Amino acid sequence: MKTLVSLDVNGRTYEIAVSPELTLLEALRYELGLTGSKQGCDKGDCGACTVLVDDRPTLACLTLAVAVQGRKVRTVESLAQANVLHPLQDAFDQHGAAQCGFCTPGILMSAVSLLEQGGDAPDRLSIKKALSGNLCRCTGYTKIIDAVEDVAANTSSPGPPGHTGS
Amino acid sequence: MLPLPPFAYHRPRDLEEAVALLSELGPDAKLIAGGTDLLPNMKHGLLAPKHLIALDAISDLDRVEVLDDGSLSIGALTRLSDLAVHPTIRVLIPVLAEAAAEVASPQIRNMGTIGGNVCLDTRCVYYNQTQFWRSALGFCLKKDGDTCHVVKGGKQCVAACVGDTVPALIVLGAAARVLGPEGMRAVPLEALYTTPGSDHLKLARNEVIVRFEVPRPGERLRSGFFKLRLRRSIDFSSFSIAAALRLDGRTIQDLKLAAVALNSKPRVLNAEKLGVLGQDLTKEVMSHIGEQFQRRATPLDNINVDSQWRKEVIAVLVRRLLERVSAVGAQTASVSS
Ligand SMILES: Cc1cc2nc3c(=O)[nH]c(=O)nc-3n(C[C@H](O)[C@H](O)[C@H](O)COP(=O)(O)OP(=O)(O)OC[C@H]3O[C@@H](n4cnc5c(N)ncnc54)[C@H](O)[C@@H]3O)c2cc1C
Ligand code: SF4
Ligand code: FES
Ligand code: FES
Repeated sequence: MKTLVSLDVNGRTYEIAVSPELTLLEALRYELGLTGSKQGCDKGDCGACTVLVDDRPTLACLTLAVAVQGRKVRTVESLAQANVLHPLQDAFDQHGAAQCGFCTPGILMSAVSLLEQGGDAPDRLSIKKALSGNLCRCTGYTKIIDAVEDVAANTSSPGPPGHTGS
Repeated sequence: MLPLPPFAYHRPRDLEEAVALLSELGPDAKLIAGGTDLLPNMKHGLLAPKHLIALDAISDLDRVEVLDDGSLSIGALTRLSDLAVHPTIRVLIPVLAEAAAEVASPQIRNMGTIGGNVCLDTRCVYYNQTQFWRSALGFCLKKDGDTCHVVKGGKQCVAACVGDTVPALIVLGAAARVLGPEGMRAVPLEALYTTPGSDHLKLARNEVIVRFEVPRPGERLRSGFFKLRLRRSIDFSSFSIAAALRLDGRTIQDLKLAAVALNSKPRVLNAEKLGVLGQDLTKEVMSHIGEQFQRRATPLDNINVDSQWRKEVIAVLVRRLLERVSAVGAQTASVSS
């Protein structure tokens, strides 16, 4: 039986009717048309579906849409604003950190969460750990880590959730 | 794409309601915490409960507290990522923080709970596969078939208990507080597991784990955890071992070791069984303990890493863990909150 749920995605409220078995990933991609989050393995292995739920990196393929009511969801679509790229997106471009690009949205969201933690700029090991739930089948890990390190070193205050750089 | 089979979703507001729902809906109902074990299994067609009962609307199930008597209470819904960085847990019972930090990946630790980790279904290389994959082999005892591919001619499923926090909780002497229709009961973690691997939890269908109780660690407790796995992230265990140790000078006053990723039950050994109670924990004794543990642990081909090789490395892994745990100072009990 479908129930009406209200989803807060990227600061916008969507009212949709969902069956309990609909995952957040399916809701984002097929109900809301937000196809940035990727359906890779669809069972928790790859991280391509990573979104932030209440600011924490979460696998949308293993999250039920009905379970995120009242929680804040952020997807890769929230990063670029008014045609200005998020610094991480810019750095991924500069460093050639996206090859086929399939893993990129998930990796960006894991990296956003790392940078939002504030404190000292994360070192390479912390970056690797933060991205350790995201697989890149093109295996361009070095450039991905370079890109995140670059932004981490050049962002004095990553700012609160929702803030997307200047 | 791996769509989920249909089910009805319930979100009780308190524990009594959850237990009542489980009793009323019977075997067709399953609890869901983080869903990181249940949902992949449902996607693989391993189970298709008609009702899921979510625990996340019940308040206070994710609290970690140190009680007046020095014991710790850890809510069943505590996220693994919170457990891994919890300051009190890291100082008083590092074995549990280390184990939680080694589960799966950062995202899964943000979702997965300690209760779900303890109740994690047993795993097998022939079982945790899609319906299509399993059909090619004609299925197995645990689901839809009548043979075991791990033990040829075996009549009993030997799928592995692999929850990483399980050995940690066992060496700490923890118990699960369980609520059922008859009220609360305490189950020592060690007594929670049994054979066969197709039915390895001694928990009734209508019982809910509410919290874990860890006895006062005391001043001299040293503890640690080691996990062997193919990659340092995402992968399930190929062998996980936890140790808790009390020394008086160099003399072993108390030692408990527990390991998973072997059979459907954790393997547990203490100083008495190992014959080292009262001995000095020298390098030789550590090697001896490693060999004793190795002798009594039998890795099987239920995991996709050669069982002979796993058997070979156990002695060294146990010895190294003991070296590390005994080298660091015992925790100081003066930690607040
Ligand atoms: C890619 C991947 C890698 C993984 N790697 C690891 C790993 O390395 N180590 C590891 O240990 N696990 C691993 N897991 C499994 C899982 O993520 C963890 O074990 C997690 O802790 C399960 O918790 P959960 O809250 O998500 O459980 P759920 O999936 O919600 O529940 C699991 C089971 O426990 C029952 N249950 C949950 N809570 C309770 C309760 N309070 N009382 C009674 N029954 C309850 C449920 O009914 C269900 O049967 C991995 C999973 C994936 C997808
Ligand atoms: S141990 Fe045997 S019966 Fe159990 S899941 Fe594996 S193959 Fe199936
Ligand atoms: S699609 Fe979610 S982890 Fe692979
Ligand atoms: S860029 Fe192709 S998967 Fe990572």
